[in-house]
Amino acid sequence: MDASALIILIYVLVLASYLGFELITKVPPTLHTPLMSGSNAISGITIVGALIATNELGYSTLSKWLGMLALVLATINVVGGYAVTDRMLKMFKKK
Amino acid sequence: MSNLVQIAYLISSILFILGIKFLGKTKDARKGNVLSAVGMLLAIVATLVNLNLATFPEMLACVLLGGVIGLYYARKVEMTKIPEMVALFNGFGGLASFAVALSDFFLKSQLIEGLDTVNLISIILSILIGGVTFTGSMVAFLKLDGKVSGQPITFKGQHLINLMLLIVFVVAAVLVFLNPGNPLFIAVLVVIALVLGILTVIPIGGADMPVVISLLNSYSGMAACATGFILNNNVLIVAGSLVGASGIILTQIMCKAMNRSLVNVLLGGFGQTVSGP
Repeated sequence: MDASALIILIYVLVLASYLGFELITKVPPTLHTPLMSGSNAISGITIVGALIATNELGYSTLSKWLGMLALVLATINVVGGYAVTDRMLKMFKKK
Repeated sequence: MSNLVQIAYLISSILFILGIKFLGKTKDARKGNVLSAVGMLLAIVATLVNLNLATFPEMLACVLLGGVIGLYYARKVEMTKIPEMVALFNGFGGLASFAVALSDFFLKSQLIEGLDTVNLISIILSILIGGVTFTGSMVAFLKLDGKVSGQPITFKGQHLINLMLLIVFVVAAVLVFLNPGNPLFIAVLVVIALVLGILTVIPIGGADMPVVISLLNSYSGMAACATGFILNNNVLIVAGSLVGASGIILTQIMCKAMNRSLVNVLLGGFGQTVSGP
């Protein structure tokens, strides 16, 4: 990776981190667990990396197997994470 | 990468931001979760469009398997057991980032252009953070599930051992830089990262567990972010650092609600200091 590409990525990192810090201010205690669970589902974005890793062909079978392992795990995180968060939030509405 | 894919990633990023924002408000929380799920779907579709899809059958099999497992447990779990479930899912996310980093290491170490400095640093960080997230979350899961004692497990020199392991990790990381072709040093990094996750979570117990899960959630975001640097991918960096940063703030809010400082939680021993006679 050349320096200019890296600098752009660091820009993105710094601005998104700052936004993340500012985004959460006052959260009612009942929402602590759903917020944790919902952002946990977002961290499953690594599924994008897993897809790319699974698609690497012809160089190393080990790489592909690791990519597939990552893909199964990341999908569990994403699908399970969103589903369980929605279930929790649905409960709150009924009360 | 085509411009269309980049635009899709940008829209995904905006949906994640709105999703986290709404999840913190009682009225809009459910909408927030849906928005972020749509963002995730968009990021996945955009990624698939950009790949040559030679391994589409494998991908489909993995996604179906993971999707069925995730949906099954998300539906089946009792409401009181949800924190354990979040810990478990979170651990899987950490392990996924860890596996992507290793996959990329083994791939690029066989290519002629090889691994550059940015690749190596991000792979090492992803292994460390992803590994700690995985084993740490598993310990948190086992503790909450009652399979391991929920009480803090402390022993003498605990923090010293952690520090020494971290130093060995740094030394091994330098050796990886000097000999990127030697898998032995990467193996050392892998083992230390996994052990550190166990050792940092076992001294924590009792009512502190939700705080730790929140912190581990923040770590899994950072691991995804490191993976973004490996793959030069913006959406991974944005979503990962959003979760990493907002996770730390949420952890602090949770600590404050319990009148605990984050340092106290991390040093462990909740039951011993507070429970009393």
